[in-house]
Amino acid sequence: MTFSHSHLLGIEPLAPPEITTILDLAEQYVDLNRRDVKHADALAGLTQINMFFENSTRTQASFELAGKRLGADVMNMAMQASSIKKGETLIDTAMTLNAMHPDLLVVRHPHSGAVDLLSQKVNCAVLNAGDGRHEHPTQALLDALTIRRAKGRLHRLNIAICGDIAHSRVARSNILLLGKMENRVRLIGPPTLMPSGIAEFGVEVFDDMEEGLRDVDVVMMLRLQRERMDGGFIPSEREYYFRYGLDAEKLAHAKPDAIVMHPGPMNRGVEIDGEIADDINRSVIQDQVEMGVAVRMAAMDLLARNLRARPAEVMA
Amino acid sequence: MTTTLFTDARLIDPEQGTDAPGWLLIEEGVIKAVGTANDPAPAAARVIDCAGHCLAPGIVDIGVKVCEPGERHKESYRSAGLAAAAGGVTTIVTRPDTAPAIDSPETLEFVARRANAAGPVNVRPMAALTKGREGREMTEIGFLMDAGAVAFTDCDHVVTNTKVFQRALTYARALGALVIAHPQEPGLSDGAAATSGKFASLRGLPSVSPMAERMGLDRDIALLEMTGAAYHADQITTARALPALERAKRNGLDVTAGTSIHHLTLNELDVADYRTFFKVKPPLRAEDDRQAVIEGVRTGLIDIISSMHTPQDEESKRLPFEEAASGAVALETLLPAALRLYHSGDLDLPTLFRAMSLNPARRLGLASGRLAPGAPADLVVFDPDKPFVMDRTTLRSKSKNTPFDGQRLQGKVRATYVAGAPVFEVS
Repeated sequence: MTFSHSHLLGIEPLAPPEITTILDLAEQYVDLNRRDVKHADALAGLTQINMFFENSTRTQASFELAGKRLGADVMNMAMQASSIKKGETLIDTAMTLNAMHPDLLVVRHPHSGAVDLLSQKVNCAVLNAGDGRHEHPTQALLDALTIRRAKGRLHRLNIAICGDIAHSRVARSNILLLGKMENRVRLIGPPTLMPSGIAEFGVEVFDDMEEGLRDVDVVMMLRLQRERMDGGFIPSEREYYFRYGLDAEKLAHAKPDAIVMHPGPMNRGVEIDGEIADDINRSVIQDQVEMGVAVRMAAMDLLARNLRARPAEVMA
Repeated sequence: MTTTLFTDARLIDPEQGTDAPGWLLIEEGVIKAVGTANDPAPAAARVIDCAGHCLAPGIVDIGVKVCEPGERHKESYRSAGLAAAAGGVTTIVTRPDTAPAIDSPETLEFVARRANAAGPVNVRPMAALTKGREGREMTEIGFLMDAGAVAFTDCDHVVTNTKVFQRALTYARALGALVIAHPQEPGLSDGAAATSGKFASLRGLPSVSPMAERMGLDRDIALLEMTGAAYHADQITTARALPALERAKRNGLDVTAGTSIHHLTLNELDVADYRTFFKVKPPLRAEDDRQAVIEGVRTGLIDIISSMHTPQDEESKRLPFEEAASGAVALETLLPAALRLYHSGDLDLPTLFRAMSLNPARRLGLASGRLAPGAPADLVVFDPDKPFVMDRTTLRSKSKNTPFDGQRLQGKVRATYVAGAPVFEVS
């Protein structure tokens, strides 16, 4: 087994064999999750706290289920409603948490780097459940597992990521992961939604969707993050859908067996046509949700093993 | 008459552009005579043996933030003065971006009183160009000059209303006041925490194009052509702004430019994993920009190097990068950091002191910054080679937010003199 980290803060610090380790272990948990009795005790006796400083239903539920299936005591803290509003800083929160002796801390935060900062101040394993526009590592891992199962491999694939790349942590983590695993990554979207310096990421950039989708194996759609828009990135939703919404006509340019992915929640009729999203021959969107639980179980299991292997005084 | 002779010194004379052994005689706080190693040294009441160390005109640092009034826990005139003395800075030119802003003669007089009572080094205050630094109405520039303001600046607030800025420049010109501005297009830079490019995108940080600096400078230069005011750009940090600056100078406008020590010695990659002590304004740039700015200092296109000393307490820095406060303390690290450029072979010592002592003094009409008879004996003696590891807890500033913490630096101040009197000495 290769996985030497004490936190999962992003894809950036992971080496390819470590990514493979997580995915291999996740496969086992996919099997477990399909049994009648969906329970293991890899995290028995450990406390998992989910701290979400930003709205999330799906990711939080996925982490909660993953922890419970592995026997952890799981607690959810809805940080939006709590003391943060009363001026408590992230560091204060970390100090409070330390006193509760959690073992696994799952954090989502609206600011890039906030989870990293928190990890420096707490005595437990931290999992990044999305920080600002920075990274969302478990999403990239579950996408990788979905691709690997659908395509039989996770290398030498042509993968298109489409939509609002600039504001997307999902895109960043996926670009990093798919690049590390030696795939060809294409980014498709209006230039106003491309981050600066993107040409240096080792990707191909297209502003014409049909051209960008030509002969790809995987089409990964992103949510158009309306709540993140400062205003004025695109002229209108309908023009966006016309140029960048995934419909049958555009998808016809991809390989005939290309799969369609979306991290959810979807805006049907904005970035993706409803029929494609529901087409069981093309869409693996439901698989992604299933893989999400398994990948999160694997990641927490590996972190817990490293946690237990640490000398006692480090934890003090 | 009390005379003091500095012997066996390595004289760094930015005016002559020389770096050579010699001696220097001072009398009553003023430089009386300077000689080379071949000239016979005169007799003096007191002799200080520099033991071959460098003797240079004390640093004149434009743009120091002392947090009085408002945030004395971050930096007081006393702590800033001690930090300056330890860093070889003999004149601090203070910023008006306090709370409240220094925008009236009454506030300025309060500050000047505090400064002179508390500090070992010279303090020259700047005042706000517009009331409350809000960019709406100009301050009482005339009264403020009478009260001792040496320049007028809204610091990092850009006067976005071009008409207001034009009138302030026109008015300032009539009084011969120097206006210092922060060249930046605020529409682009608003909310930015990093310079756009691969690094900012990888870290997911809101970023600003380096072009925003050139756009700000272009606008300001156009206004200078209209008004003829004396203008200094506080920080030029990008390659793209340099041709515009060069043209403006060639066209005879009364324009000078500065840069910060951090933009000369660090680049955006130093931020690494969201290290907020490296968050400054404007944000650190790409390495190409840093190289271009060094070249600008070498040729003299960029006139002045400043510390842009900005104290921040731990609470304002221990936040997610986007939310953390900008700025770094630098009075004590200005010289050793600048010496990195000397040790790397980029800039020689006379060039460094031209940018740190001579040019800022000249721009403000001060007599210091030179090793010439008649100039005030504001001097620094330093060992340019002495290595050390920076430990931020040893800083004299009340705030310890230095990006150089834990880094190896070379060059230590041995002694600092203001008007001939020692204000700092290594025991």
